[in-house]
Amino acid sequence: MHSRDIRLLILIVLVAALAIWVSIPTNPGIHISLGAARIDREIKISQGLDLQGGMQVLLEPDLPADQVVDAEAMEAARGIVENRVNGLGVVEPVVQAVGGRRVLVELPGIKDPEAAVATLKQTGLMEWVDTGSQYLDPGTKIKTDFGTSAEPTSEITATETTTPTEKVYHTVLTGRDLKTARVEFDRNGLPVIAFELNTDGGKVFAEHTAKNINRYLAIALDKVIISCPRINSSIPDGKGEITGQFTVDQAKATVLQLRYGALPVPLKVVDSRAVGPSLGQDSIQKSIRAGTIGLVIVLLFMLIYYRLLGFLADLALVICALVTLSLFKLIPVTLTLPGIAGFLVSVGMAVDANILIFERIREELRQGRTLERAIDSGFRRAWTSILDSNISTWITCGILYLFGSSFGATVVKGFAVTLALGVLVSMFTAVTVTRTLVRTAFAIGGEKLGEKRWLLSV
Amino acid sequence: MFRLVQNRRWYFLASAILLGLGIVAMIYSSFAFGTPVRVGIDFTGGSLLELRFEQPVALADVRAAFAEQGLDATVQTVSGDKNVIIRTKTMEVETKQAIEASLTEKLGPLTELRFDSVGPTVGQETTRSAGLAILATSVAILFFIAIAFRSVPNAFRYGVCAIAKMLHDVLFLLGFASVMGILAGWEVDSLFLTAVLTVLGFSVSDVIVVFDRIRENINRRRGEPFETIVNRSLLETLHRSLATQLNGMFVMVAIIFFGGATIRQFILAMLIGMVMGTYSSIFFGVPLLVVWEQGELGRLFRRQGKRAAA
Repeated sequence: MHSRDIRLLILIVLVAALAIWVSIPTNPGIHISLGAARIDREIKISQGLDLQGGMQVLLEPDLPADQVVDAEAMEAARGIVENRVNGLGVVEPVVQAVGGRRVLVELPGIKDPEAAVATLKQTGLMEWVDTGSQYLDPGTKIKTDFGTSAEPTSEITATETTTPTEKVYHTVLTGRDLKTARVEFDRNGLPVIAFELNTDGGKVFAEHTAKNINRYLAIALDKVIISCPRINSSIPDGKGEITGQFTVDQAKATVLQLRYGALPVPLKVVDSRAVGPSLGQDSIQKSIRAGTIGLVIVLLFMLIYYRLLGFLADLALVICALVTLSLFKLIPVTLTLPGIAGFLVSVGMAVDANILIFERIREELRQGRTLERAIDSGFRRAWTSILDSNISTWITCGILYLFGSSFGATVVKGFAVTLALGVLVSMFTAVTVTRTLVRTAFAIGGEKLGEKRWLLSV
Repeated sequence: MFRLVQNRRWYFLASAILLGLGIVAMIYSSFAFGTPVRVGIDFTGGSLLELRFEQPVALADVRAAFAEQGLDATVQTVSGDKNVIIRTKTMEVETKQAIEASLTEKLGPLTELRFDSVGPTVGQETTRSAGLAILATSVAILFFIAIAFRSVPNAFRYGVCAIAKMLHDVLFLLGFASVMGILAGWEVDSLFLTAVLTVLGFSVSDVIVVFDRIRENINRRRGEPFETIVNRSLLETLHRSLATQLNGMFVMVAIIFFGGATIRQFILAMLIGMVMGTYSSIFFGVPLLVVWEQGELGRLFRRQGKRAAA
């Protein structure tokens, strides 16, 4: 036995042992403490939404498609959504800007997806609306020209009977221009909401208030009037107060909504996928069962069909599965149901390389070569075929990964990643590990092994 | 030696029948559903709801609950008659809640297992990126073939045969999906596309193994007729083809029978594609190469024409 083979064998045993340790479902993780330096690393499978249950939504500005939304506003919206998501108490949520105009939210294990979406969508859109000479009661639902293509309705005259709900009002400012807001109390001890606008907003506000003295400038939250003050004088410094018939608690809630929750753009859900936890658990159990059954059949097939070589290939296959699983845990790769399928298929196909090699070895043996030469040339000559077939799988996986990055197809990504990784590992195990094992067996069994045709299934 | 490639005319006939059936199904499907294969909400936009009832339910009752809300629903059962999958056009959460309340009242308690809702614009984008994915895969595989065969005489012919074989497999798979759409209400989703692209890669790499062997045998056995060399190469790689195919099948069949219902359609499509990929290497791609190398391309159709006339 060459010393190179011995070194490889030791390496393989070490890798296999490490892989077994990492793969144990109850792996405690790494917690090392070296004086000041501490390493704390959990080692566990991260499950995709379809396995642990949960939901994924894609939010998009609820504005006409041709209306430009600047990146800053989108980023602000994303931040606000993130705040709200964090408020939901979900473990490991994802809030991510995608494609410039969209926000992807993933809420693993969420119990009540509907309520969660309602919270996220809550626009908290605050508008200062010009209602002209008309006073509107708090609670009135209105339409405004913000975010719609509707033109503001021209000022109504006293003779007209149009109700406020049919009219489209002009939005002077939105919550985007708000700098701060807080609860204060007026002379009578009633709560008011004091607000301050940013520089740009302050200018618009000053201009508008100067031109519209004695007219109403209503404040609406999510298109519902909360207060309808009359402009008494121009307000040049961008500071103002909202008075209304609200309790302290209501005022506080409104302030919070204004301060942290006022989305610069209204959002709508354009894609949502929710999986109940029971379906996910069911899927995991069924996948594990299906995978075990499938792999046991593969192992048996190889053992029966290729006998000794098959047994060695089986060892390599088990190492392949363990190493791949360990990589999923260590990288970590989020496992989804198609991802598990990709993993299983890659393990099933991993034996292809061994089959290519063993068929070569059989042929060489039939042509009367010695065992050692047959093995060597078997591995060498099967190599191009193995490489070719794996390259075409990687090409496909690469493209699938890119395709899977589009929203309608996120499930595809998991499949692409696990298949590509599985094929990569299998190429290493099926060639290097199997070759080392075969050589070791040969070194132990000696040249006599070459005469035991049955064992080699020639 | 077993004569495999010599009976090629029969194989072409078999392929023609298989693909023909698929094409007929796709034409029928185009008239019945508007698309050659029925497409799911991933591409069209819409909502998909999966519910589990405590008791077996009649599909008509479920459909009626949706009709109350003015929704035209396609309802089908999965894994027994307690689990139901409903497909409609994009549905608001409020509408869904109203329907679920009405269903609970009429048919007893239910659990919502899954609710997917895809807006029409997202569907269009997915369709577009699916098209791009197919295009990119085809281009990448063309390059791959060009590189794999750079040192063979008539490399161009090998490449074209590999591509023809690949198209053969994809067309078959689409035909299969179309038939399943008509018979079993299958809708093609992004996972189906994944199966198609995976099969595409597999299909080419499988035939390349045989082509590799032909290339090797041409050098080793000068003087032997091309047909014999090809036949020998096919037989030599047959064990490998079957063994690999079998192992893939073991895993996939296990997932189909014992795995979750969610990916059953995906794995079945992949299994069918892979089986076809192995079959068509032996019975379509390689025979096609022989026909071309021996200058039978024109003659093939003439003879078949005569046979059909007789």
